[in-house]
Amino acid sequence: MTLTQQVITIGMVVLGTVLTRFLPFLLFPAGKPTPRYIRYLGKVLPSAVFGLLVVYCLKNVSPLSGSHGIPEFISIMAVAALHLWKRQMLISIAGGTVCYMLLVQLVF
Amino acid sequence: MEGEQTCAGGREQKKVLRDAFKAAFPHTIPIFAGFWFLGLTYGIYMNVSGFSFWYPMLMSLTIFAGSMEFVTVNLLLGAFDPLQALAMTLMINARHLFYGISMLGKYRGNGWKDIYLIFGMCDESFSINYTAEIPEGVDRGWFMVFVTLLNQFYWFSGSTLGGIFGSLIHFNTEGLDFVMTAMFVVIFLEQWLKEKRHVSALAGIGISLLCLLAFGPEHFIIPSMFAILGTLTLLGKPMEADGSSGGGGR
Repeated sequence: MTLTQQVITIGMVVLGTVLTRFLPFLLFPAGKPTPRYIRYLGKVLPSAVFGLLVVYCLKNVSPLSGSHGIPEFISIMAVAALHLWKRQMLISIAGGTVCYMLLVQLVF
Repeated sequence: MEGEQTCAGGREQKKVLRDAFKAAFPHTIPIFAGFWFLGLTYGIYMNVSGFSFWYPMLMSLTIFAGSMEFVTVNLLLGAFDPLQALAMTLMINARHLFYGISMLGKYRGNGWKDIYLIFGMCDESFSINYTAEIPEGVDRGWFMVFVTLLNQFYWFSGSTLGGIFGSLIHFNTEGLDFVMTAMFVVIFLEQWLKEKRHVSALAGIGISLLCLLAFGPEHFIIPSMFAILGTLTLLGKPMEADGSSGGGGR
């Protein structure tokens, strides 16, 4: 690829990304009332999307091979336990990550 | 008189900024760890693929969508096909549409800041700005701008450093990428503890898992999104009726 072609390719990726981010705001402008259905989605989507993001992070874990997802399972339980106990975001995340690093570096 | 007022206004403004920064920064610390790790990895990847550090540096500023930037390396190494580049971007980043719909309320009414907030709406900035309980008295617009800006700065500096020092880094970071998983688990849990009904959260996990099994790790996102959208739409009717009978339906 020439430099110009590279710039165009990167430009297309920028355009696509910006489009996906701005589109909802352009489709449902502030002045007009947002349709009921869209407001409903805005309220219920986040919980589902956070679920999707958790699954997305774990997408390459295979229960049937390698370490069978055991380090991931243990570490997520650790994150949840820490969080329900202390309710401190940083402690839960740091604790879970250290737990995972120890498991994959030393045990599995 | 006027000079004094502007001076006081300036001090006031500085305090607003400082308070917003202080409130925002702790929320971004996990992202710092995650983005530096991923950003360094991305920079190193570009470095070993034969691109100078200018590429990860400028791409982290203009694209600022992690997974898409990794894919762009492949696009740049392949044959020139701008339409394919656009189509793949729209597919991979389609989840931003969901974020936008959820943020229609929050990312509005903050003046020029809205433009940057929407431009910088990556997974992590969206998650923090959607769930964070911004303390009383802290400017919401500036809080969200600082979250977004700090996150972008972490990603930018990580990927640039990775691009520069690419081949020199050697220490055992295996497993550090779990920081992102841990963060999303915490955010999911926070949302869970906050809401009364868990139908949507459970649907999100269940449908994504089913789609992961059916379509595999590389192709499950788009079907998951359609299935989630469909399910929530079908569930919408009874849920709304529920809300209005409880009197608090909004």
